[in-house]
Amino acid sequence: MKSRYVIIGGSAGGIGAVEEIRRYDKNGTIVLVSEEPYEPYSRPMISDYLAGEATFEKMQFRPTYFWGSYKAKPLLGRRVTNINFDEKYLKIQESKKLFFEKLLLAVGGKPFIPNMEGIKKVGIYTFSNLSDSQLLKDRINEINKVVVIGGGLIGISVTEAFAKLNKKVSIIELKDRILNLIVDDTTSHIIEGVMKKNGVRIITNNSVKQIKGKKENKEKIDHVVLTDGQKIECDTVVIAIGVVPRTELVDSGNIRINKGILVDRYMSTNNPDVYACGDVSEAYDYIIGENRVLALWPLAYQGGRIAGSNMVGLKNKYQGGTIMSALKYFNVPAISVGISNPDNRDNEYEILSSIDKDEINYKKIVLKNGAICGLTLVGDIEKAGIYFNLIKEKIKLQKYKNNLLSPEFGLSHLPKSYSMKLIRRN
Amino acid sequence: MRVLKRIYVNQEYCIGCGLCEIYCSLQHSKSRILIKAYKKEHPKPLSCIRIDKCLPISFSVQCRHCEDPPCVIACLSGAMTKDEKSGIVAHNSDKCIGCWTCLMVCPFGAIKMDTNRKQVTAKCDLCQDLENPSCVENCPNEALILEEVSV
Repeated sequence: MKSRYVIIGGSAGGIGAVEEIRRYDKNGTIVLVSEEPYEPYSRPMISDYLAGEATFEKMQFRPTYFWGSYKAKPLLGRRVTNINFDEKYLKIQESKKLFFEKLLLAVGGKPFIPNMEGIKKVGIYTFSNLSDSQLLKDRINEINKVVVIGGGLIGISVTEAFAKLNKKVSIIELKDRILNLIVDDTTSHIIEGVMKKNGVRIITNNSVKQIKGKKENKEKIDHVVLTDGQKIECDTVVIAIGVVPRTELVDSGNIRINKGILVDRYMSTNNPDVYACGDVSEAYDYIIGENRVLALWPLAYQGGRIAGSNMVGLKNKYQGGTIMSALKYFNVPAISVGISNPDNRDNEYEILSSIDKDEINYKKIVLKNGAICGLTLVGDIEKAGIYFNLIKEKIKLQKYKNNLLSPEFGLSHLPKSYSMKLIRRN
Repeated sequence: MRVLKRIYVNQEYCIGCGLCEIYCSLQHSKSRILIKAYKKEHPKPLSCIRIDKCLPISFSVQCRHCEDPPCVIACLSGAMTKDEKSGIVAHNSDKCIGCWTCLMVCPFGAIKMDTNRKQVTAKCDLCQDLENPSCVENCPNEALILEEVSV
């Protein structure tokens, strides 16, 4: 079998690529291989699905029969076993060779699972796709006490879902605060407060050493033992320590890999016929000015779009992404963008912040050389996008610094050369 | 070639009166009767306009229905879409999960949080039922104008 375009991965990156390929090439054959058997769905919504707040229908990221409507042939529930980059084909489990002209690797990341005593027991889960969520949902009535290992985005999302279902949840976080890679100390503190108010137990500066089985049935979980010796009774453990790029299909002799697959500003790897995007790739970050792995849905989708158009033969440049999170745990809105929590030992950053006494509204702006490079907003977040664009466009704001924390802040508080250009007729 | 409708503001004519906000929320209210909408309706009708003011400068900001809309690219649920024919950036509140990713990336700060009804976002729909958007129609100083742009 041969296809002009072959895409591995049917999530954000794959969807974006198919849409853009079809925009410019109406007839070129597209084959998309995905291990997941589902129509395109929103991965970030798997916690809403678990909590019973979203059905699969609501999670559908694109209308049903999406692949067909874009004349892409989907091979769903199928696994690619290896890729031959010299002869330009891939092998799919139980299938013949599939030759490609242009290939996109949008295979995502995989949960990191630590080696610890008891890790093979029944009742241990990861939480990164719909199948993971479904496995937990199928057993939901038997689940009462959950230990979540890792207080990052995935850990907190699954915790919130369980708490909404009135399960007893404990989060075990290695560092001194949850979401430590995502938000600053104050925001962590605010979110920890909300989680605790909703019955979640948070244990920091600690980790799980062993998962112990029941006396009568060693396969089933009885409790976990933490590094400090304390025991926490549970029937379910969710491992949410982190996600690593799924680079196993790629031989580093052929394709350059650092932590993820390295891509240029056109989402191309060092092989001009092979592209990569999303959680598997290491693409440009416009704040640090370097490539890094940024496992974020919107960037995966945008990376896929850029890759797709360039696979057709255009020369569309990826503007880059940066770390950006919009959060809403128990309806507390929070946004964190860029370098939101610098250590600032060398005083290279200027930090402006304000917080009200009930800790409902919090704002923090981090500036470097007169331009914003980091943003935190909790509570009143409606104008986040204005700051976001100032970060992206690296607008110098020396004379306007005093306006940035004002409750009335808006485009009219910014240099006219910027705001008038933005709103003027064109 | 397509003809797209867009709302623009002449900031030099805007006096920051806020009538656009009132007419916007009225148009998006249940009753569409001013007194009823403002005094009786719960939850209160929401305006999809933001008055941006730093006197003497003021202007009204609503969705620009961008050509390459950052909100559509960033949307996690597929609720925000760009209609290729009309150019309208449409928001489906039944699909929206209120993750706030769209408002994080909107350069205009033109997306609102509709937290009174349910936790979703809300934005300008160019008043599909009307010939002219309500804010444009009712701007007393003609600071707001509807333009047809060919792209």
